[in-house]
Amino acid sequence: MNPGNDNDGKKWHELPGGGINPDAGNSLENYTGYLRRGEKPQFNPDNCINCFFCWVFCPENAIIVDGEKIAGINYDYCKGCGICVNECPVSHEPLPLIMVEEKIEL
Amino acid sequence: MASIKVLNGNAAVAEAVGQVHPDVVVSNPVAPATPILERIASFIAEGWLDAEIINAESAYSAISACIGASAAGGRVISATASQGLAAMHELLFVASSLRLPIVIAVANRALSAPINIHADHSDAMAQRDCGWIQLFSENSQETYDNIIQAFKIAEHPDVRNPVMVGLDGFITSHEMTNIWLVETGEVTDFVGKCNPAYSLLDSNNPVTVGSLDTPDYYFEHKVNQLQGMENARKVIKEVGKEFGDRFSRYYGYFESYKLEDAEYAIVLMSSAAGAAKEVVDELRSNGEHVGLLKLRVFRPFPHQELKEALSHLEAIAVLDRALIPGSFGGPLFNETRAALYDMEDKNLPLVFPYVYGLGGRDITIDNFRDVFRDIEEKNTEKIEIKTELAFINLRQ
Repeated sequence: MNPGNDNDGKKWHELPGGGINPDAGNSLENYTGYLRRGEKPQFNPDNCINCFFCWVFCPENAIIVDGEKIAGINYDYCKGCGICVNECPVSHEPLPLIMVEEKIEL
Repeated sequence: MASIKVLNGNAAVAEAVGQVHPDVVVSNPVAPATPILERIASFIAEGWLDAEIINAESAYSAISACIGASAAGGRVISATASQGLAAMHELLFVASSLRLPIVIAVANRALSAPINIHADHSDAMAQRDCGWIQLFSENSQETYDNIIQAFKIAEHPDVRNPVMVGLDGFITSHEMTNIWLVETGEVTDFVGKCNPAYSLLDSNNPVTVGSLDTPDYYFEHKVNQLQGMENARKVIKEVGKEFGDRFSRYYGYFESYKLEDAEYAIVLMSSAAGAAKEVVDELRSNGEHVGLLKLRVFRPFPHQELKEALSHLEAIAVLDRALIPGSFGGPLFNETRAALYDMEDKNLPLVFPYVYGLGGRDITIDNFRDVFRDIEEKNTEKIEIKTELAFINLRQ
């Protein structure tokens, strides 16, 4: 990475002092989905009890909610950590959340 | 109306802090700075000072609390010394990088080992690269004045940089002298209100503080940080002048004592300047052209001004109260000599490194006489000059 040679981005004197980030909510600009490494959670609404455990525990806020129901997973931000699958209390098949293999496109 | 009180340096810091009126005082006692915090705590207990006091369990926690309180938008002060300052090291960088206007009084003391509680500048000099403005005080009066100015410098919108104010441990910190105190109302008026650039408590304008920075922007942020320190050069001068205009004691980067027509001079910091001035007076009365430069501002280092003040001299002795193992002189020597190298006229004054007073070792009138004699000899003999570190008042 050699950003010193390009003219994109802010120059040192254009940054706010103290390295602060004044744009609240700008983490939406960073698509963390690329961090998945071969596995992703898959949602099946059939046995979902809508307890919202997955929604509470997801560190990326990647569980999609529609009204009062879990509606799916936002793969733009899902890192594939599997916490949602681990926290899901449903034990009878088919499970609402399972980890499935994901082919990485290079 | 100014009033006169008999106070030591520590009490002078506390008086100034009481008048400046911080929001948060963080307390972690380290000798010889402990009485500063005791006195401020008593001001709060007596109801004279309305501030939050945090009793931290370590110096590391103390500076952490300072950072949090300052990022929340408060005016923050703490005091420490020696091992306490050393323990703060890692977070001193954080405070300066986040551009938080914290003020810390440092009762300069030797570093272990062997353990020693007396004066030298090893503690502050070890922190010279951590991005803090560093002021050094000769006596209690200067300490009082420096603390008041430190807040105004630190909180200036162009600076927003933490400041540490040094006073020599157990010399300045515990020596009782007359101090001219400014009336509290005038101090409040001089320092003004703390207007932070942002506040963690301001939920209408949320900011992220201390986030991760990748190679993509870290370099830009670090260069951005220099702005505060560079702007401080101008602000320190302005604040020193305004202080003088109001309270008739003027401050600059350094004090030149009989330097104008001098051929030989000593450069040093803090309390030893008093005895050195005596010797300058004495040698002057014998017709010798000698002078003294007492540095007040070590960071930002006033290279340009120092060069102008010293370039006409024949030889200079730089007296460091700190030792850098593996270097060929103390930090003050290295900076002073580097400042002089950049001269158009290559008739450079000779600059010699000395180290004195480690761990509270006394430096006397005789020692200063010897130093002047030493550099005069070295200069007139025109022997091939070797930069050799000399130790003053050492058993050797």
